[in-house]
Amino acid sequence: MTYSEFLAKYSTDIWRAFFTHIELVLVSVGIGVIIAVPAGIFLSRHKGTAKYILSIAGVIQTIPGLVLLGIMLILMGIGKPPAIAALSLYAILPILRNTYTGILEVDGHCIEAARGIGMSGGQILFQVELPLAMPAIIGGLRLSTVYIISWATLAGMIGAGGLGDLIWTGLSTYETKFIVAGAVPAAVLALVANAVIGFFQHILTPRGLKLGR
Amino acid sequence: MIQFRSVCKRYGKKTILDTLNLDIKAGEFVILIGPSGCGKTTTLKTINRLIEPDSGEIYIDGKDITKMDPVKLRRTIGYVIQQIGLFPNMTVEQNIAIVPKLLNYKKEEIDDIVHRLLDLVNMPYEENAKKYPSELSGGQQQRIGVLRALAASPPIVLMDEPFGALDPVTRDSLQEEVKKIQRKLGKTIVFVTHDMDEAIRLADTIVFMNEGKVLQVASPEEMLQNPADPIIKSFLGKHMSNGVNAAGMVASDFMRKKVLTVPKTKKTLECIELMSRRDVSSLIVIEEDDTYLGTVSVDKIKAQGKAGKEIAELITVEAITVNRDSNAQEAFELLIASPTGYVIVLNDDNTVAGLITKTSMAKAMGEALWGEMTQ
Repeated sequence: MTYSEFLAKYSTDIWRAFFTHIELVLVSVGIGVIIAVPAGIFLSRHKGTAKYILSIAGVIQTIPGLVLLGIMLILMGIGKPPAIAALSLYAILPILRNTYTGILEVDGHCIEAARGIGMSGGQILFQVELPLAMPAIIGGLRLSTVYIISWATLAGMIGAGGLGDLIWTGLSTYETKFIVAGAVPAAVLALVANAVIGFFQHILTPRGLKLGR
Repeated sequence: MIQFRSVCKRYGKKTILDTLNLDIKAGEFVILIGPSGCGKTTTLKTINRLIEPDSGEIYIDGKDITKMDPVKLRRTIGYVIQQIGLFPNMTVEQNIAIVPKLLNYKKEEIDDIVHRLLDLVNMPYEENAKKYPSELSGGQQQRIGVLRALAASPPIVLMDEPFGALDPVTRDSLQEEVKKIQRKLGKTIVFVTHDMDEAIRLADTIVFMNEGKVLQVASPEEMLQNPADPIIKSFLGKHMSNGVNAAGMVASDFMRKKVLTVPKTKKTLECIELMSRRDVSSLIVIEEDDTYLGTVSVDKIKAQGKAGKEIAELITVEAITVNRDSNAQEAFELLIASPTGYVIVLNDDNTVAGLITKTSMAKAMGEALWGEMTQ
């Protein structure tokens, strides 16, 4: 079977795996953002707690992907939910850490001036701290997304689908074409996501900051 | 307008403000000055409640500020800091407009304010409004910092060493601009500095603080004439010159206190030895009761003295003497006229108080001009 015959035969499966993969990534990273950004803001106001939380998050990051998926499999069974739970946990740390440090790195004198001229806590957060921390936050998002695209290939093992499915099929049947059909789109997806988010990072960096560099 | 009543602030064991009482009148340019750690910045920041006192009250226009919402309070008080703190993500225009926006001014009104304020500091709107802080020089940034503080026409503006980080030329022109703006708009400005030049230049009233207490509240002129404390005097340093205070100086202010005296019973060779070791050409001779007798010079001993003899008969009284409380100017004239190049200063009981030489005179003048000198 040539590659063109292979593609003709399996294109529907490949496309479905591809979109499932994107779905896994978007949902996991989305959950990661929803948890990590507010948590990062919270930690920037509670530096004492931050130390502990960040080291716990760091520990989660060091658990091998297969192990974490295995744990989720035991806890939640097979399918997408356990995979998304595991991937979301991985997505949190880079975003959390970057949100936290991004906010802390905002020039203290800006914050003092903001307070001094009568901005409320919320106004300082949304008009000063978050815009200035935005490049760092998006940087964390970019890192998370690229990681999750590659780790989502493992999710095929617990029946979540995605490009990992094709790779596992290929590995268990010694059929290289399946491996290629899973690995190449995953790699391309990672590269494209990196470029797209990089573009947004540039767009969302306040102009005044870009000029200063 | 602003009243401090027994305001105290402590950090741990360190007292920053010690029952501070102070009245600031409306429309005045008030400068808080003093050595580092004297509490001047803390005092300033209690006015807009960036720092809350431990006890005591602060009133603005008779209202206790602790009963006001701090955010609302701050919107009625301008605030300028040394590090400027412009928001780098906002343009010049957005930075200036921030407080009016917080106060929900109409857009046209805000536009008008931004135009007017930029005009005030000669930074045309067309050229500057859309720039970001990073595109401006330090001096321009601080001009915008000042404008941001003025935008919502607060009656009070607080400035915390606003020009401390600027080069001298920029600082001069900004000082002038701020003074002009203050007069024109009739603001009450409370301004912290450690630079007496700046204080004398700008202030209507100088508040001198040390260790959390107010030492003196006075106009610059009054403070120069009557500094209430030695610390203030040393802070005023060079500004104390120009006759005002030199007039009050007396001979003893100019003298060297360590002088070499010998009793009249001293032997000739000992005196020569002493003089050569100290590198002087004459000695002051005193009676047994320490009263002044005269001087003895190395030349005279060499010419007429005999080894082993006392110096009593070699004493001359040609040296000029002056009472320690004599006017400094008189002592100065005597010094110029003195054939020996020095004037001996005597106490009321005729004992030797010190010696005025050209060196001691120059040193004392230097101190009067530039403050305490190390050498």
